[in-house]
Amino acid sequence: MYDILIVGGGPAGYTAALYAARAGRKTAVVEKLSPGGQMATTSVIDNYPGFPDGVDGFELGEKMEQQARKYGAETIYADVTGADLTAHPKVVHTSEGDFTAGAVILATGAYPRELGLPGESGLRGRGIAYCAACDGMMYKGKVVAVNGGGNTAVEDALHLSRLCKKVYLIHRRDSLRASAVYHKALEEAGVEILWNSKVTALRQEGRLTGVELEDVNTGEKRELACDGLFVAIGRVPDTALFTGQVEADGAGYLVADESCRTSVPGVFAAGDARTKALRQVITAAADGANAAHWAEDYLLRRG
Amino acid sequence: MSVIDINKSNFEELVLKAELPVLVDFWAPWCGYCRRIGPMLEQVAQQFEGKLVVGKLNIDDEPQLADQYGVEVIPTLFLFRNGSAGEPIINPGSKAQLIDWMGL
Repeated sequence: MYDILIVGGGPAGYTAALYAARAGRKTAVVEKLSPGGQMATTSVIDNYPGFPDGVDGFELGEKMEQQARKYGAETIYADVTGADLTAHPKVVHTSEGDFTAGAVILATGAYPRELGLPGESGLRGRGIAYCAACDGMMYKGKVVAVNGGGNTAVEDALHLSRLCKKVYLIHRRDSLRASAVYHKALEEAGVEILWNSKVTALRQEGRLTGVELEDVNTGEKRELACDGLFVAIGRVPDTALFTGQVEADGAGYLVADESCRTSVPGVFAAGDARTKALRQVITAAADGANAAHWAEDYLLRRG
Repeated sequence: MSVIDINKSNFEELVLKAELPVLVDFWAPWCGYCRRIGPMLEQVAQQFEGKLVVGKLNIDDEPQLADQYGVEVIPTLFLFRNGSAGEPIINPGSKAQLIDWMGL
């Protein structure tokens, strides 16, 4: 039995663990892989204050885990398979058994959205990729397309433009959602933007050979040959296991304000999984502190 | 046993001729997802000691082996049994998923 059980070991989860453990609460983080979450796949984080030369996301994750552990927080490496969040105590089911706690903080984060096209999962690693920083090197000297119009898509396109022979950016609108600072950079990098286009089919001969594009205004179809397609069309909150018990919005984000209190007393949502405007390492960490504070408040009131 | 380094000079002896199943992680130091699964592979190596050998193969150092096994993205992991590799798993999302896939 724990006082506070935290699901997810990213910056939100380990900040919550740090605050909960320092408040003297018996605390554990359930993490499926390794500390850091999405942050751990980012080689340089330039917008986390205190690191003027940037900080490696993987190392920052490890340090957050160490810091929480120093004050007594445990980490359980397991897949969460379900939870009974309205019970007392609350129960979290995992691949390593059931764990009970007085309060639960859901800090499960988000994962890349898939296109949802036939053949997509089979082509993963054979032309379809979701992380340019991870897989870009495999496409050195090749022709690739990036699908999306947000900051991630543009960053991916710029990263790939330094490696690849040709980079297309496929975007369903006629303007970019990405920050203005990127527009000039794209132009200078020679990235060709295909506006008002969406990917409607994947072409393959053992591996990806190209995509079918549809003009969203005219419905006209065309083929684009490419060796790789990097999918950067947003993220999906990893909350499906809990949305039957905890109120979520239409996209699956757990509804909570800055206090991180969800619709279920004693259950808190922190980090990217929570409804909020800005999803960053710093805002995830801030949520972790708030969630631990209100979890402590909940435990004190329940006595 | 901890995770061992595999390269072309020890590949035949430690992987192809091994008595135990060998989990080989094709990886590279610049790959974020590879680093993420690193600590988990160490745990698997400890947990399955005596039943499984876990090795890492740096594709930058050994491009021929990566080509030979058709590795195009990393991390890609193969489970070698009696010298043959089955279908690989790409970027396992959790320790539980990897252990399920190995089916030991």
